[in-house]
Amino acid sequence: MPHLLEIRDLHKSFGQTEVLKGVDCAMEQGDVVCVIGSSGSGKTTMLRCINMLEDFEGGTIAIDGQQIGYETQRSQRKRRREREIARQRALTGMVFQQFNLFPHMTALANITLGLIKVKKMRREEANATAERWLDRVGLLERKGRFPGQLSGGQQQRVAIARAIAMNPKLMLFDEVTSALDPELVNEVLQVIKDLARDGMTMLLVTHEMRFAYEVSKRVIFMNEGRIGEEGDPKQMFLKPKTERLAEFLKSSSFH
Amino acid sequence: MGYTLNFAAVWRDIDLLFMGLGLSLVLAAASIAIGCLIGLATAFVLISKQRAGRSLAAGYVTAIRNTPILVLILFTYFALPQLGLRLGKIESFVFTLSIYAGAYLAEVFRGALLSVPKGLREAGLAIGLSEWQIKSSIIIPVMLRNVLPSLSSTFISLFKDTSLAAAIAVPELTFYARKINNESFRVIETWLIASLFYVVTCTILAMLLRVVEKRMAIPR
Repeated sequence: MPHLLEIRDLHKSFGQTEVLKGVDCAMEQGDVVCVIGSSGSGKTTMLRCINMLEDFEGGTIAIDGQQIGYETQRSQRKRRREREIARQRALTGMVFQQFNLFPHMTALANITLGLIKVKKMRREEANATAERWLDRVGLLERKGRFPGQLSGGQQQRVAIARAIAMNPKLMLFDEVTSALDPELVNEVLQVIKDLARDGMTMLLVTHEMRFAYEVSKRVIFMNEGRIGEEGDPKQMFLKPKTERLAEFLKSSSFH
Repeated sequence: MGYTLNFAAVWRDIDLLFMGLGLSLVLAAASIAIGCLIGLATAFVLISKQRAGRSLAAGYVTAIRNTPILVLILFTYFALPQLGLRLGKIESFVFTLSIYAGAYLAEVFRGALLSVPKGLREAGLAIGLSEWQIKSSIIIPVMLRNVLPSLSSTFISLFKDTSLAAAIAVPELTFYARKINNESFRVIETWLIASLFYVVTCTILAMLLRVVEKRMAIPR
């Protein structure tokens, strides 16, 4: 059985700056993994490589054994065609720091767009699916609202529903509470916790240490483009093995 | 100054003015529609990474914007046939006004496209949409809604520019006004009424555009 997600020796540079210097990571179905680390450590970049929002120069990423973004032909590494990449992107769902809801569409239409255009669902079926997920995030009665008429927390919950309604194998969360007012953080985290309990496979980049501690099965600490330390959250947070992690935890809000 | 106003002659031919107005509106509508498509395509080329295409598009915009529209109209109608492209009067004028509108709209659209947040494209990519689906379902609709308020005056200007079609004898509003003037010699009356036609039409257009704008606005 291939791993659900397998990252091997991932390298990525922006111009001269190498942001990822060989990252290895594997996840199984149902895993909830939090990625922590200071800004600039490469957490978000790693996440964005998994759905090819960023190209990468070295290493491989595979989901269910399927190599993402690139293929090897006669020992030549070649970027896949856009159509193929678009199809592969649907294997994952992503939630962004800035929500990125489509501002000209209702909450419901934000969710049905992908179902209709990518999953080729009929409109009634798409509406039903979208309503089911809006209900799950507690926003069914807001389905006709536009993003501008929703609070940040509500927008982010719609964004989660939009991603998960596509039935991805893996959900990627990129600092999804960082842009929220403090009093709105909890409603979003609660939704994510519920999904975790239901067995959704999730990879989360987060600054919410308490949340990472509570929700994740495993924590990855990124440091200067490499995995600095990884393991069980209890052991990581309470007895960090490396000096860098100990320092990072001290400077972050975890106590 | 023994001039007594007498509208009888103009009144007798008022149906000609309405016919002319009808054609003016058709000319404007066609040119705006085609111009929007040209402008949109040009704007995408202007913000693309393709250097050759970008220079070409920028050249088109600069050339058209720095040529008086009357010259463009005369050029298309009189010079293009010499080069083997023969168009009827109406087609020739719509062609010119579309190209002219396209150059202006390209600039407006370019700026508006750049102001659509990048995250929307990424959100589209993340759910597996193609670049084309992202453009047609997200980027263009958002951009158009943002830009519409600033387009009203452009659209109204383009409607007024249709009066230049009289220069190549396209039977629109100004053409018929001149005809009535020439036949009746009621100079003041004719041009007064013709002006009134333009003022009323533009005012109604502005009102309609404001309604569309409100309807299309992204609710907040």
